[in-house]
Amino acid sequence: MDIRLSGISHSYGEVEVMRDITLDVPSGRIVCIVGPSGCGKSTLLRFIGGLERPDRGEVLQLGAPPTGCLNPLTYVFQDFALLPWRSVAGNIALVLEDHGLPRAQMDEIIQDVLARTKLSDFAQALPKQLSGGMKQRVAIARAMAVNPAVMLMDEPLSALDSQTRELLMDDLIGLWTRTPFTAVYVTHNLAEAVRLGHSIVVLSRRPGQIREVVHLDMPLAERGLGDPDLDRKQQYLWALMRDEARAADAELIHV
Amino acid sequence: MSEAPDTARRVAFRGGGFAPTPRRFVGAAVFILLIVLAEIGTRTGVISPLTLPKPSDVLATFGDLYRSGLLWKHLGPSLSRLAVGATLGVSLGISVGILIGLFSYIRAGLVPLVAALFPIPKIALLPLFVIWFGIDEGSKYALIAFGTFTPTVVATYGAVDNVDRTLIRMGQSFGLSWVSIVRKIVLPGAMPGILSGLRISLAIAIILLVAAEMLGAEYGIGAYILEAGALYDLERLFAGVVILSVLGVLVSMAIGLIERRLLVWRV
Ligand SMILES: Nc1ncnc2c1ncn2[C@@H]1O[C@H](COP(=O)(O)OP(=O)(O)O)[C@@H](O)[C@H]1O
Ligand SMILES: [Mg+2]
Repeated sequence: MDIRLSGISHSYGEVEVMRDITLDVPSGRIVCIVGPSGCGKSTLLRFIGGLERPDRGEVLQLGAPPTGCLNPLTYVFQDFALLPWRSVAGNIALVLEDHGLPRAQMDEIIQDVLARTKLSDFAQALPKQLSGGMKQRVAIARAMAVNPAVMLMDEPLSALDSQTRELLMDDLIGLWTRTPFTAVYVTHNLAEAVRLGHSIVVLSRRPGQIREVVHLDMPLAERGLGDPDLDRKQQYLWALMRDEARAADAELIHV
Repeated sequence: MSEAPDTARRVAFRGGGFAPTPRRFVGAAVFILLIVLAEIGTRTGVISPLTLPKPSDVLATFGDLYRSGLLWKHLGPSLSRLAVGATLGVSLGISVGILIGLFSYIRAGLVPLVAALFPIPKIALLPLFVIWFGIDEGSKYALIAFGTFTPTVVATYGAVDNVDRTLIRMGQSFGLSWVSIVRKIVLPGAMPGILSGLRISLAIAIILLVAAEMLGAEYGIGAYILEAGALYDLERLFAGVVILSVLGVLVSMAIGLIERRLLVWRV
């Protein structure tokens, strides 16, 4: 299933946050969206997942979601959004319970996603007992449990320290290499973008417009930390963004 | 680095306090100290018997009450009034509070009404309740229920308002049904606030119990206290008051227990 955004524009009251965004998300690819803070990345992701409606333009699903898909458009949030009163397994069960699956099948799905995210030993732990990196792995396991057609990830690694971020990036690359998934991956971190993105969409400062789409052909599994090709891409992206970021940073905020 | 020892001073610690830690038996020690002081004062005559009864006499009165079997005769009706009234008021209060928390129209319609009802001294309405619900148990239930209702509503909708919105967004993004979101996200998220509201509501219920028994109650802790008060029988008055206090402590301990069982997930 592909996603197509056509001519999306939006304003919050007087503030125009987004102008004429047109973009295709092909299935089986990771599309990274980068841009200065406040340029509307999170807002765009909310439009794609149907949590909010844009003023103009539309978001289209092209083709049917795969069979066995319980929730085609599935988020992974920056702050994890785990229910603190449910165990790891309970948090994953939460998103399966409404679908009337037989108990055995639910257990099987939970076992499977916990194994894939290396969390099997922590099934009964409460979120307060987990580190930040483990919490985000639980959130990723929960997203995979509903077998999504497209994962919508809003700065999923931004709340984590840099070592944990590296480990989780490796985990994500491992997951994708075994079973390629489709994702829109929002980040302000260019190193993440060049490691994970098949294409990288650079947005301008508010009102967010597409400045450029950069394609990376190197297979994900071959992209290592400190790879010179990736470094060059990252520097190119930074050159594109620097002035935008500086201007965005110096803007007065009218609330 | 090891030079200039005469100017070396240890950095003063200033990070203490502001972090309550449990101190066992301190609460009990305060009670015992006060009672012992009162006993010494009344025995030596520093405190005249007209201002305060001897704690030992109060204990003896309590013993009489227990042995005569009157204790249960008074306690039984009081506890059932408390149970029925508070259950009615609290369950209605939680339901209305949740509705206010969830629906904008209900909120707009009921919040001003609750604000208008809250400050009314419920005791002042006792005659009205007697007319509406009869002089028997009905008016007593109604008074306690009404008194616990308003604080429960306010605590509950405040608790629902404070549920983390990102968790609700998460539920919506996974396509959970409205009922599931309310039952699995909103209610558990509001539970800490609802339980701390319950502490206040139940204390108010005990206060109102005495008021409810002012009218036409033959038996009941409140009736017992009022009768003793009318006769200036300070020993019996204090025996009754101590029963209410113990009731309050027990209720508070019970809620503490529920909190520890239900809210283990709290950080
Ligand atoms: N619900 C909202 N109401 C009003 N303004 C909003 C709302 N959500 C976001 N904004 C504004 O829209 C702009 C884009 O926000 P956001 O999408 O969160 O940016 P980003 O995720 O790229 O940092 C910001 O200026 C923000 O203040
Ligand atoms: Mg954002």
